[in-house]
Amino acid sequence: MQAKLTVVALSVAAAFALSACGQKEEPKPVAAPVPAAKPELVVKLGHVAPMTGPQAHLGKDNENGAVLAIEELNAKGMEIGGAKVKFELVAEDDAADPKQGAIVAQKLVDAKVNGVIGHLNSGTTIPASKLYADAGIPQISGSATNPKYTQQGFATAFRVMANDVQQGKSLGEFAVKQGVKTVAIVDDRTAYGQGLADEFRKAAEASGIKVVASEYTTDKATDFKAILTKIKSTKAELVFFGGMDAQGGPMAKQMKELGIKAKFLGGDGVCTPEFMKLGGPATEGQFCSLPGMPLEKLAKGPEFKDKFTKKFNAEIQLYAPYVYDAVMVMADAMKRADSVESAKFLPAVGKTKYDGVTAMIEFDAQGDLKGGAISIYKYTGGKLEYVETLGGGTMDAVKAEIKADVKEAVADVKDAAKAVAGAATAVGKEAVGDVKDAAKAATEAGKDAVKAGAEAVKSAADATKAAVEKK
Amino acid sequence: MDIFLQQIINGLVQGSIYALVALGYTMVYGIMGLINFAHGEVVMIGTLVTITVAGSLIKAGMPVAVAGLAGLMAAVLVCMALGWALERVAYRPLRNAPRLTPLITAIGMSIVLQNLAMMIWGRNYMTFPSLLPKMDFEFAGANFTLIQIIIVLVSAATMGGLLLLVYRTKLGMAMRATAQNPAVASLMGVNINRVIAAAFVIGSALGAVAGVMVGTYYEIAHYQMGFMLGLKAFTAAVLGGIGNLAGAMLGGILLGIIEALGAGYIGDLTGGFLGSHYQDIFAFVVLIVVLMFKPSGLFGEKTGDRA
Repeated sequence: MQAKLTVVALSVAAAFALSACGQKEEPKPVAAPVPAAKPELVVKLGHVAPMTGPQAHLGKDNENGAVLAIEELNAKGMEIGGAKVKFELVAEDDAADPKQGAIVAQKLVDAKVNGVIGHLNSGTTIPASKLYADAGIPQISGSATNPKYTQQGFATAFRVMANDVQQGKSLGEFAVKQGVKTVAIVDDRTAYGQGLADEFRKAAEASGIKVVASEYTTDKATDFKAILTKIKSTKAELVFFGGMDAQGGPMAKQMKELGIKAKFLGGDGVCTPEFMKLGGPATEGQFCSLPGMPLEKLAKGPEFKDKFTKKFNAEIQLYAPYVYDAVMVMADAMKRADSVESAKFLPAVGKTKYDGVTAMIEFDAQGDLKGGAISIYKYTGGKLEYVETLGGGTMDAVKAEIKADVKEAVADVKDAAKAVAGAATAVGKEAVGDVKDAAKAATEAGKDAVKAGAEAVKSAADATKAAVEKK
Repeated sequence: MDIFLQQIINGLVQGSIYALVALGYTMVYGIMGLINFAHGEVVMIGTLVTITVAGSLIKAGMPVAVAGLAGLMAAVLVCMALGWALERVAYRPLRNAPRLTPLITAIGMSIVLQNLAMMIWGRNYMTFPSLLPKMDFEFAGANFTLIQIIIVLVSAATMGGLLLLVYRTKLGMAMRATAQNPAVASLMGVNINRVIAAAFVIGSALGAVAGVMVGTYYEIAHYQMGFMLGLKAFTAAVLGGIGNLAGAMLGGILLGIIEALGAGYIGDLTGGFLGSHYQDIFAFVVLIVVLMFKPSGLFGEKTGDRA
């Protein structure tokens, strides 16, 4: 009887494991009041990220980015095809689980969303992208960095972030610069972690670094002592981790407890405030990388940070600005195509040239971000300190874009005054809008604090400068 | 060789945590023949309550030791109340129902508690305040910390205390009587409801202690942390012979050591074919083999005497 019960109990435990993965949040459509003077067109944007499970904090961060973008779009009021457009967020939870990712993707396809923002993880984005591609729904991910996502040949798959080939390469270069000779590589066996670790391995080996250990964990683990003990015996000078902050933090801490002197290096998944909180003093002085440039260094970065923290009373975790940009790019494409129908505005997404918060966004033929840069950061005193930017050459790319824009503006618009008013091109409209926003932010912030005001004025000035350069 | 010793230490500590949680499972099973799947969530709530209480006391300027103790007390009290409530709400009404029914309510309660914790404490990872001074020791090339020693001692002491309770007290005698035959025990004047409630309350108090230990060890907590921990502890309890207190302890430690050695050597043993993320299969292969040859678990032979 006992044996029988045990078997029953085990199978129930297994069922339990599945059901725990299946929990989800109710979708929270975001509504904003819109004057009902004109016919209203509701545009449904799907958003998928883990809202439950170990990466729920990052998922919420992503969703906040999307919510912010959609509220701004609705507040601004956009007209497409003569009708006033109201954006609606259809938020789904994939629990960072590839199976769940495909299920919610099907749900979004069935709900006939106009476009999809997400998913957060590469592991969920890749299987889901097939469903969106079959249904012809454009998909822009703000955080899936595995190269496979865009290499499948789907016309619908885009990302607004550098992929892991670029990131792995830059991290490899950085490790060489640090004078590292031997490295131990750990990954969490997700599409993201494994992909990043593989690219890093290639880059490291190409530069003559010896990989002395390859260990693996999962994206749900909390104890890494067993694999770290093994790594300790190899006397590696650097431990590279391909995975997320919830594992990376405790891992760094446990390295210290085991007396491992090796440095710690990781990608975007561990480049978060959460990582430092979880890793404590063990993270001090270690390095990580993020695609793109630091927010503070970007013209619209500080302004976005202000808006975000004011609205959600929370720190930006990681990908929120990228997700925000992804929504804006999608809306921008709809505007240029003058249609919200997936099939009609999809070609416009590919031709995007959008000056976002995170970068000048333009896609290559595969749907990857053109000229994506990778920045290295150091964990110093509980903060991420910017070290340097490697590869990509975003700044050069941005400069080139500005030149191109100027040419276009000259060609397209004969009347220069009209161009300055920003009525001629979509690019112009955007830029002027941004200047206005920035100025508004500057005034508001100025009331609150002189210091914040000064910063905002600076960002407004930058935005103005950028806009002028474009003209 | 120093790796081997270090892996044994890793496994011993991890196993002691499993054992501490497994004691809660086995205690309830021994008396009622019911697997309280919500026990992992009780552990999680214990950790989170400690974070809230100890964290805010430390912020208010209290000495760490006092705050830590207050946090532990609060966790134990909350978990005891929770254990009592669980039994009252989810299990007592189903005491005479088929055995699968309370198993389903147990899983239901586990999901309810997880979501409740998510609503109260949020989705973010929380850092557990450092309650113990960081002290490192080194022995024959292996490193260990003060908290690791304390975890092993606490789980050994808890098991000892439970054995005393079950075999040397009146309540223990009532528990054993209830385990043997509830109907007869109640005819002999044992208040079955009280005994079962006591088992839940004590089991949950142990869960709270386990939660505080886990929190102090890893210094992180999350509303879903109880799930995997509960599953592993349940495995440990089955491995040792569910219902047997010493079995839970040994099963836990065995599981921890198997996992640590598995993760440490699986790559070398299979020539890199299987990586260290397959460490769990060792634990489950051992479990399956034990159940095949000894269906009642390693120490589960004394079926009439479990408690």
